[in-house]
Amino acid sequence: MGELRAYAALFSGQFRSVASYRASFVADLVTNLFGTVLDVLAVLVLFRATRSVAGFTLAQGLLVVSLSSCGFALADLTVGNIDRLKTYVRTGTMDAVLVRPLAALPQLVLMDLPVRKALRAVVAVSVLVVALRLNHVEWTPGRALLVVSAPLAGAVFFGAIFVISASLAFWWVESGEIGHAFTYGGRDFTAYPTPVYSGWFRGLFAYAMGFGFVAYQPALALLGRADPLGLPAWAGFLSPLVALVAAGIAAVVWRTGIRHYRSTGS
Amino acid sequence: MSVIAMRGLRKDFTVRVGRGRLRREKRTVTAVDGIDLGIERGEMVGYIGPNGAGKSTTLKMLTGVLTPSAGEVSVCGLSPVPQRTRLALTIGVVFGQRSQLWWDLPLRDSFALLRHVYRVPAGAHAARLRRCRALLELDEFLDTPVRQLSLGQRMRGELTAALLHGPSVLFLDEPTIGLDVVSKQAVRSFLAELGGSGDVTMVLTTHDLADIERLCRRLVVIDHGRVVHDGTIEALHARYGSRRRLVVDLDAPLAPDFAVPGAELVALDAGGHRASFDLLSSVAGAVVAELTSLAAVRDLALVEPDIEDVVARLYRS
Amino acid sequence: MDGLDARVPVISPRRPFRDWVSTFGALSWSGFRRYATYRQATIAGSFTNTVFGFLRCYVLLAVAAGAAGGRPGGYGAEQLASFVWVGQGLLTVVSLWGWTELADRIRSGDVAADLLRPVPPIVGYLAPDLGRAGHAMIFRFLPPLAVGALFFDLYAPSRWFTVPLFALSIVLAVVASLGLRFLVNATAYWLHDARGPIALWTLSAGVLAGLYFPLRFLPDWLAVLLWVATPFPGLLQTPLDVLVERDPAPVQLGLVALQAVWATALITAAVFVQRRAERRLVAQGG
Repeated sequence: MGELRAYAALFSGQFRSVASYRASFVADLVTNLFGTVLDVLAVLVLFRATRSVAGFTLAQGLLVVSLSSCGFALADLTVGNIDRLKTYVRTGTMDAVLVRPLAALPQLVLMDLPVRKALRAVVAVSVLVVALRLNHVEWTPGRALLVVSAPLAGAVFFGAIFVISASLAFWWVESGEIGHAFTYGGRDFTAYPTPVYSGWFRGLFAYAMGFGFVAYQPALALLGRADPLGLPAWAGFLSPLVALVAAGIAAVVWRTGIRHYRSTGS
Repeated sequence: MSVIAMRGLRKDFTVRVGRGRLRREKRTVTAVDGIDLGIERGEMVGYIGPNGAGKSTTLKMLTGVLTPSAGEVSVCGLSPVPQRTRLALTIGVVFGQRSQLWWDLPLRDSFALLRHVYRVPAGAHAARLRRCRALLELDEFLDTPVRQLSLGQRMRGELTAALLHGPSVLFLDEPTIGLDVVSKQAVRSFLAELGGSGDVTMVLTTHDLADIERLCRRLVVIDHGRVVHDGTIEALHARYGSRRRLVVDLDAPLAPDFAVPGAELVALDAGGHRASFDLLSSVAGAVVAELTSLAAVRDLALVEPDIEDVVARLYRS
Repeated sequence: MDGLDARVPVISPRRPFRDWVSTFGALSWSGFRRYATYRQATIAGSFTNTVFGFLRCYVLLAVAAGAAGGRPGGYGAEQLASFVWVGQGLLTVVSLWGWTELADRIRSGDVAADLLRPVPPIVGYLAPDLGRAGHAMIFRFLPPLAVGALFFDLYAPSRWFTVPLFALSIVLAVVASLGLRFLVNATAYWLHDARGPIALWTLSAGVLAGLYFPLRFLPDWLAVLLWVATPFPGLLQTPLDVLVERDPAPVQLGLVALQAVWATALITAAVFVQRRAERRLVAQGG
């Protein structure tokens, strides 16, 4: 309880810090909204140039991309800024965090909560609603549950990816933008149906790393469509499980990273 | 039991040394090389050493930021790394070069936020803040965002931030670095006042030896990760043969071969009207009495030995 | 990590041209050397560009497979693959994102030091930037392209002049990009905080330069409008279209000419803005 109050205080401090630059905050908000609209437009442009992508129509493609961006936007909003960890390690802010009576990860997350990204999540949810209507989904209790759980599981999954990518900084401070290959790269991967990709690349991202279960498999289950790649229908309901596994791995990696930091310093 | 206890404390780092394009050599560097130290409740300890001697590394191990490679360490009966969050509630840390404050918020807001972070009862928090406001004269900039504060103002804010949860141990890593003379004085007298109560144990690293002279009874000098001196400043002088100096102004010039028991004539200036003697013992009374009987003394001054010289000699040796 | 070398040789009045060239060369070399020190960041960046290469290449190939006639926007599959992989390499060469050096120097006041140097500020930024681009051509352009060539069939140009024209087009793209980045950063002279314009630039540059999809996927009127009315297609889309020979030779040449017009216009604008800013700086002391 006391700890929750402490985290709430950190959040309010961060919020007030951001709000103290009102003009920049509004500019950031608008830029983010504009960016999200562009993301959606890019998908529309690609579908304009073709009849279908890997056998998926525009409406179906829109469902996949909206499930993906709901999950990503929520994760980016909550833990996305953890990718600044390398800066915190380099400048020694990490030490200041470690002398406070709270856990390190929530502190770092709350140190720079990007409120400006909130609109991205709003847009993503709106697109999801539109996509669901365009596809005439036959609703069952299972699908109703899925349409709520898939974005949440996606958010947990992407959150785990953010934490794992950021943890790299504990071992490699100069890792630069390598984490983006998996965070933003993962978002781009999940934005299209998995059959778009092929070979070892598809195997690696979709199944070994689990990105296939974020948006594509749930979308198939919502549409009642068989997977051209042969996974059974219930694979669409696996996303919470995959997200939990990813979160578990992220927790282990993070702890190992902190321990490593403790033994080497900055 | 000591508030802070270190036994055989050691920290090794593995560094990669780049040689040429591809070959990298791994090398182990020992930053802290077996430190044994006990610090009692209410002590104020100056912890000094040249750059890279292992001061910050020790402080990081004491505050739970770094895991020791070997040895034992306990602070307030807690083991720093495993019990980090519990320890954090009982210690205060001031890093001279990093901030605990919210950069974009008024100082007052940072203090309010820290009350929640450390879960301090409102009454105790208000009382401590009132005291710091009075002693550190915070009122004039309490509503200024931290980023607009001068370094001296910010440091006064940092000190307050570190004390609001009533820590029993205070770690200060170069608290006066980069401050102007007035701010240094303010920080020092505040710390002196704080230490005077005898409730707070303080460990202070610094490069400014005036901090130590003003504040610390006990001085620990480390070099290459080892303790090379642990004791009072006087003991340091005694050990390295520093002597106090007696400077006298005389009505009549003194002969160059003048001698007085218990002191050694080292310089004659102003045509023999000013003489400097190094005292061979720690008591000046006898020499002064002897001197006034032998010559017409107009004025005299006792000059303390310069700690900078001693420490510089210590670092070089 | 100052991009400018303070020890710029003074230009002597006797042999102005030769000294100019050697000054410019020295400045460019300093840009090259500076980026050569960020070795780990170079590796990390190339890796990331390569992953995005795979992602974008698969998507565009899927688009081609589903398109009528298999030629979306007039590109064949091999041309699209080349478009993606060469684009991933060029991205860093033309520095599409994240250059805030001038804005940072304006905010910190260091920019005043630029005026003390015996070279015009624009040249002081352009020369090292060409050096940086040279470094990127070797260490950021080639690695993703090599990976792309390993896993996908790429398009081999058939006209003899395509490759030299592509090289010229890259140089023009770098110059135009510097001019544009300079202008965006220079807003800091007046706004103090250039974060808004820089964010807007980052956002528009990717889409409008053709990184996310070839601009030819857009309706023709819109594509033409972008080309003529904005400098963005000249940063990435033009060099890529030149290399994959999307158009007949006259159009190919015309696109590069258009690029040259934009590059000249942007540098001229940058010089003009810098003069205004200098006058302001001298009058108000920053």
